[in-house]
Amino acid sequence: MANIISDETIEYVGILAKLELSDEEKEQAKKDMGRMLDYIDKLGELDTTGVEPMSHVFPVENVFREDVVTNGDTREELLTNAPGEKDGMFMVPRTFE
Amino acid sequence: MAREYETVIGLEVHVELATRTKIFCGCSTAFGGEPNTHTCPVCTGMPGSLPVLNKKVLEYAVAVGLAANCKITRYCKFDRKNYFYPDNPQNYQISQLYLPICRDGYVEITTESGTKKVGIHEIHMEEDAGKLIHDEWEDCTLVDYNRSGVPLIEIVSEPDMRNADEVIAYLEKLRLMIQYLGASDCKLQEGSMRADVNLSVREVGAKEFGTRTEMKNLNSFRAIARAIEGERERQIDLLEAGEAVVQETRRWDDGKGVSYTMRSKEDAQDYRYFPDPDLTPVHVSDEWLEQIRAAQPEFREEKMERYRREFDIPDYDIEIITGAKRMADLFEETVALGTEPKKVSNWLMGETMRLMKETETDAADLCFSPEHLAKLISLVDAKAITNTVAKEVFEVMFAKDIDPESYVEEKGLKTVNDEGELRSTVERVIAENPQSVSDYLGGKEKAIGFLVGQTMKAMKGKADPGSVNALLKELLSKLQA
Ligand SMILES: [Zn+2]
Ligand SMILES: [Zn+2]
Repeated sequence: MANIISDETIEYVGILAKLELSDEEKEQAKKDMGRMLDYIDKLGELDTTGVEPMSHVFPVENVFREDVVTNGDTREELLTNAPGEKDGMFMVPRTFE
Repeated sequence: MAREYETVIGLEVHVELATRTKIFCGCSTAFGGEPNTHTCPVCTGMPGSLPVLNKKVLEYAVAVGLAANCKITRYCKFDRKNYFYPDNPQNYQISQLYLPICRDGYVEITTESGTKKVGIHEIHMEEDAGKLIHDEWEDCTLVDYNRSGVPLIEIVSEPDMRNADEVIAYLEKLRLMIQYLGASDCKLQEGSMRADVNLSVREVGAKEFGTRTEMKNLNSFRAIARAIEGERERQIDLLEAGEAVVQETRRWDDGKGVSYTMRSKEDAQDYRYFPDPDLTPVHVSDEWLEQIRAAQPEFREEKMERYRREFDIPDYDIEIITGAKRMADLFEETVALGTEPKKVSNWLMGETMRLMKETETDAADLCFSPEHLAKLISLVDAKAITNTVAKEVFEVMFAKDIDPESYVEEKGLKTVNDEGELRSTVERVIAENPQSVSDYLGGKEKAIGFLVGQTMKAMKGKADPGSVNALLKELLSKLQA
């Protein structure tokens, strides 16, 4: 494995992804991530001179909607997915700003 | 000798676009709906939902870019900006990092110290977040996603401004330009225009920029000016005391006139931007770009030029009227109905401005129609109502756009042209005010003013002051004989 993931990196990625990993899981994740990066590095071996950077996997562009209201009120249905509900709103743990 | 400092300011301005629907779904953007009634799986981030770009958003963004002399990115795309916060149900905001729709523009601003260009670094399209309400009772946070997915453009300037005057001139310029385009109403108080101020100070003559801070929560021009002054002082004090300015985001409290740290660089976010795979790239063809260019409206400078050519009204009036899109529209549409320009301008500059100030109404919210203003002016012209009555009627029109003709009819406000009624009222006023009468007869010409006033009052303002004056003089001269 050419890419060695440090403890700091896996710790940081865990924080960013809001994941709490056990020591065992961290070791496994380090190996997985290293292997993924090795795989990506393979692409670097290709000669891409003159190849346009790809911005989408499908050769499509300009998929638009017209500016017309098509959705009605589906609040009740929507709130069935909420962790909690009050006054027609989603109720979540207190956040600070 | 005391060191001299220069302030360096750049702005990030978010503008809510005036589309009917959200940027990536067919939900309404209307204000004031019950919480979460303008939502769907897309704008609440349900797994498996698919965003599709609102064409109008792209057209508005390009139109603003053209007006700000930008290069339009002919092949642009959207990226995901990742962060966790409950106002953002997807855990990422769809925005543009790598290929924003507009780049490298400028606007020209004029302040007391002259005219200068403020560079526009870029303009990108993105979605707004939901609204969080802190519930003290339950000690939790409530979320309303009605604003989630409302289209925004973010206009990022170069650090080209040096003081609050320039910042305000720049914002006024953007606001007017965007209002003229009809792309947004740009109201700072209501949040349809939001400005974040990036500010640093450096010694005059220094080549490097100082460390900058970003200030948020600025919702009026006054707050922006005060925040700039406050932050400049704070940074200079730090430097003078030999301390360093910390790169951070600060929140301005306009009530207290101080700012607080919101987050510092240490806990700065790592947004891990990457291209959004759900949205296809956008290609702006030559033809489409030309269509948008051709549909650009007449902007303020051109309008002022045309007013000078077409209408015989003072320059000062032209400046005020073209200073708000709604004012200019009202003026032009009323004149188009055949009303004399100067008279229209007088109503706008006089009563309209007075009532706007008194009721703190924004020009964009003026509700009376050009048809009704034209009718009011023609009622005065025809001497059907007096100026005093016209002002009264206008106050009602200003509040709730009534038809002045039917209102005057209903309330019986027509000028009394009944010679008999006017004559008997004047006779009564003369009889009831012997002191003023003898003053007048004794040579105090001004005393007649009081008598005119008393007559107008007795007639409830419905008499023509000119006729009252003439009749009073006639009857008084008979007394003198
Ligand atoms: Zn929606
Ligand atoms: Zn933004």
